[in-house]
Amino acid sequence: MLTVQSVHLWRGDRHVLRGVSFEGSAGKCVLLTGKNGAGKTTLIRAIAGLLDPEEGQVFWRGAPARERRNEYHAELAYLGHEPPLKGDLSARENLKYSIGIRRPVTTAEIDTALTRTGAITFADRAVRMLSAGQRRRVALAGVLLANAVLWLLDEPTTNLDADGQQLVRELIAEHLARAGLVVAAVHHPLPLPAEQLVTLEL
Amino acid sequence: MTTPALTAARLVALRDLRLAFRKPSQVIQPLMFFMIVATLFPLTLTPEMSRLRDAAPGVLWIGALLSSLLALEFLFRDDAVDGTLEQFALSGQSLTWMLFAKTCTHWLLTGLPLALSAPIAAAALGVSMGAMGGVVASLALGSFAMSLVGAIGAGLTLGARRGGVLLSLLTLPLAVPILIFGARATQLAISGGDIAPPMYLLGAIAVLGVTLAPLAAAAAVRIGLE
Repeated sequence: MLTVQSVHLWRGDRHVLRGVSFEGSAGKCVLLTGKNGAGKTTLIRAIAGLLDPEEGQVFWRGAPARERRNEYHAELAYLGHEPPLKGDLSARENLKYSIGIRRPVTTAEIDTALTRTGAITFADRAVRMLSAGQRRRVALAGVLLANAVLWLLDEPTTNLDADGQQLVRELIAEHLARAGLVVAAVHHPLPLPAEQLVTLEL
Repeated sequence: MTTPALTAARLVALRDLRLAFRKPSQVIQPLMFFMIVATLFPLTLTPEMSRLRDAAPGVLWIGALLSSLLALEFLFRDDAVDGTLEQFALSGQSLTWMLFAKTCTHWLLTGLPLALSAPIAAAALGVSMGAMGGVVASLALGSFAMSLVGAIGAGLTLGARRGGVLLSLLTLPLAVPILIFGARATQLAISGGDIAPPMYLLGAIAVLGVTLAPLAAAAAVRIGLE
């Protein structure tokens, strides 16, 4: 489904990605590992289309992702280091707007997702009053709601407690069971069946 | 199923309106700046009403221009910081369209209040009540064109630290025609002339802005996100 073909990327005068290639198909989880500064975030942003590789290409369903950008992005959910939330809005309002511009979404759907990620108890508080872990739970609810096939997660367990990290593993496993595809940058290995895992050391 | 483009634009606008009501300082600050500039001039120039009236178009328009430059800094900055722009770019909607919706909302929150409050400042400058319609109309149209033109600069300076000065440098040359025709329209309104010719020209700049500025702003924002 997703093919990354010899992607080269420079950040300033540093050659960060030197010909990265891999393939991801439905039901697989691609784990990007490597030291700090190895280029995990850069690669995820390049796959998302936020960075243009100097060389190489990203293919989605056989076609270059850049050429059918809007269709590709409609099938993609990206969660970066910082949860993309507005501090002055509540979790519910944040999701209503950010998911609403992607697809029509009902209040019940939002509540179901917030319940799943354990964020329903603080769903009406302004996001700036929440802790970093609580914000991440809200952002994870956003990933669930996006109805995307491809999840791009940049260190999804950051700031989460033990329960939260378990939650991320469950969400990923459920997404794979739905024939989804996950590309995640991680520092700790995810306990998934070996046949579902593709590990890429950067 | 994806959201229709119009619904998406409405949601972008509603979110920005709600945020503005939660945190009104970004809306009030440029407006206060305009009012202070425009009301301090009569104190420093001359108490003679006829001479104040002559200076009124220049005072109003320079105040409006500087105030809108101040407001433009906030157009994309918060959204870039908290990742909202990234989510726009990845939403599957046209980024151009999303930014156009955002820019229109920005005008609704800064340019329109400025135009509507202009009669207070204009009255202090000795402008007669009969001319207020023309003053408001020219400032409303001019500030709309300013928001659109400024969106390009705001997009381009996203990546720059303390981009405020750079934003002014980039936007001012493009804003000069708006300033010239806008001030001319206001001048004609005050002297009782026909304001249609400069208003048509302002309208033409606004139409050009509607067609080209969101495209340029989207390209600039994409570079800024890298």
